[in-house]
Amino acid sequence: MSNFTDFFSFSDPNVRYVTAGAVLITASSALVGSFTFLNKKSLIGDAIAHAVLPGICLGFLLSGTKNPLYLIAGAFITGWLSLYAIQYIIAKSRIKEDTAIGLILSVFFGFGILLLTYIQKSGNANQSGLDHFIFGKAASLVGADLITFSIVSILLITFTLLFFKEFKLLVFDRNYAVALGLPVKRLELLLTSMIVLAVVVGIQAVGVVLMAAVLITPAAVARFWTNSIRIMFIIAALVGAFSGLAGAYISYTAPSMPTGPWIVIVVSTLALLSFMIAPKKGILNRYFKQRRFRRTIQDENVLKVLYQLGESSKNFFVQRYADEIIRKRSFDKKGLHRSIQRLCSQGYLEKIGKLCVLTQEGKTRAQRIVKIHRLWELYLTTHVHIAPDHVHEDADTIEHFLTPELEADLEQILNYPVVDPHKTKIPY
Amino acid sequence: MNKNISAVSALEVHDLTVAFDRKPVLWNIDLEIPQGKLVGIIGPNGAGKSTLIKSVMGLLPLSSGYCKIFDEKIDDVRHRISYVPQRESVDWDFPVSVLDVVMMGRYGKLGLLKRPRKADLDVAMDCLRKVGMESFANRQIAQLSGGQQQRTFLARALAQQADIYFMDEPFAGVDAATEKAIINLLRTMTAANKTVIVVHHDLQSVSSYFDWVILLNTRLVANGPTTSTFTQDKLQETYGGKLTLLSDVGDLIRRENFPNREEKVL
Repeated sequence: MSNFTDFFSFSDPNVRYVTAGAVLITASSALVGSFTFLNKKSLIGDAIAHAVLPGICLGFLLSGTKNPLYLIAGAFITGWLSLYAIQYIIAKSRIKEDTAIGLILSVFFGFGILLLTYIQKSGNANQSGLDHFIFGKAASLVGADLITFSIVSILLITFTLLFFKEFKLLVFDRNYAVALGLPVKRLELLLTSMIVLAVVVGIQAVGVVLMAAVLITPAAVARFWTNSIRIMFIIAALVGAFSGLAGAYISYTAPSMPTGPWIVIVVSTLALLSFMIAPKKGILNRYFKQRRFRRTIQDENVLKVLYQLGESSKNFFVQRYADEIIRKRSFDKKGLHRSIQRLCSQGYLEKIGKLCVLTQEGKTRAQRIVKIHRLWELYLTTHVHIAPDHVHEDADTIEHFLTPELEADLEQILNYPVVDPHKTKIPY
Repeated sequence: MNKNISAVSALEVHDLTVAFDRKPVLWNIDLEIPQGKLVGIIGPNGAGKSTLIKSVMGLLPLSSGYCKIFDEKIDDVRHRISYVPQRESVDWDFPVSVLDVVMMGRYGKLGLLKRPRKADLDVAMDCLRKVGMESFANRQIAQLSGGQQQRTFLARALAQQADIYFMDEPFAGVDAATEKAIINLLRTMTAANKTVIVVHHDLQSVSSYFDWVILLNTRLVANGPTTSTFTQDKLQETYGGKLTLLSDVGDLIRRENFPNREEKVL
């Protein structure tokens, strides 16, 4: 616990630097990455991330120092070059975007590793730490580096806010942006430069290989929770910031733990959780909804069977055994008993010993289902011209879902008919 | 230079050729359209109707020719031009509301770095009202039906408050009642001397909707007032006689990587 208070008091300047750096970097990358995510260009971010490695090495080779400005300049150049190469390949050959990205990504990364190996073998005393760019090491963020990277991060955030409206339009409907007369080419140049810059600072924290996760995953998390682009960007930035903070904290408490991979693990866990539990889009929600539908259908089928039995015996309120229901329509025995229990607790059925009987409310609900079933069969034969022996299955599903409005429409269109295509009476 | 403003053509297209992957899809189009007309661009699938609109708007590179709007270069009069792209051209799962989309129509007037003002909001709401979508203002666009999406795009174009409107199939996926309402709206616009140019598919309604037609089938078949231009033999020429030789030559240019224009020697 003392670790926790030590860390969050931020009394150690080193903790302050690393945490502030990690949070700024991840939050700004998340913002910029949200545009690539919405533009369905997520893989481009990955390509750029890999392509900056040779630039960093060249920056070091040419300047002989690890001054971040030189490294950023080198990274910027090869990052851009890779983008240009991808676009050139797509435009001038039959190769599609995914293949072009794969080609460029591996060529640039391979060249970067080559340079890195050369530098490491060259015996240059300055070189130690360059390999951090591959997997990242936020803990090595200190002093002057940190100031540079923080400035870049703040610039990224500022530009996102300033040009939010234009970028939004550009990503949603580029042609329309051109038609409006916006300087689309220059805006695209700016946005792409921002992505390259985000990558350049981001690989400090998580490295080349994992950079795509920091760019894209926060946006993917945010999209699960909202349909508003503003809220999406706020959530993405918060998710990014939180993962940066968590990564810094974990590597503080366990110094052998790398910051970057932990940032990625945290943000990926959030993505997995969102995938599970997000309202509407989460799979759990969908599962429960499906289960509710299945139960409703089964319950209504039980009511329907009791109603049909009542029709043949001319009395809807006869007490019957479960076996009688199963003889009329096959149910799984356990499922049927659960349905009967649910219907009893909802007041549609009553149970007397082993016998069950429709209540007045149960009869009304069952009658509506039977009515819709028969009306729909009639509609399909008279209006859609489907053969009468093919309409039953359709009606069996529709009867459970038709809204009262559509039900009224149906009655009106058919003008309250008396019998269905099988000459059975339609109850009102 | 002292021209009578209303006598200036709304649109002038001069020797326009446009190619996809080297194959020309529009050959040497020449046409002129006066102001204040409701214009239909008519032709079969693949005739280049959308291509014509897009090249006029400067969204496609031209192989030859030029276009002028109100006798000026397009880029000088963008604020007077409005555009309704095809509905399928955007991702309707994008996380914005109907009002957000309509507000985009104001971005050209607003300029960079400026936030939409109350007055822009008023215009956007007014345009939504005109297309009968005001109650959907805060709806997420993924929840709209095809017809509602189309009306949203129309409202966005109206919000530009332009003098000439290009609409790419604004009636696709729209029910009959809405189509009538939109046509009435377009009529009130042309009555106020706005020019509206519409890519249209349904031949039945051409004579009742448009007072000017452009008949197109990779080349210009006819351009003029509906009454004198929308005739049986012109229609026959547009839809019936596909010029096979023309499209064969186009295919040849693409297959062999020939240039479709000789390089100019200066």
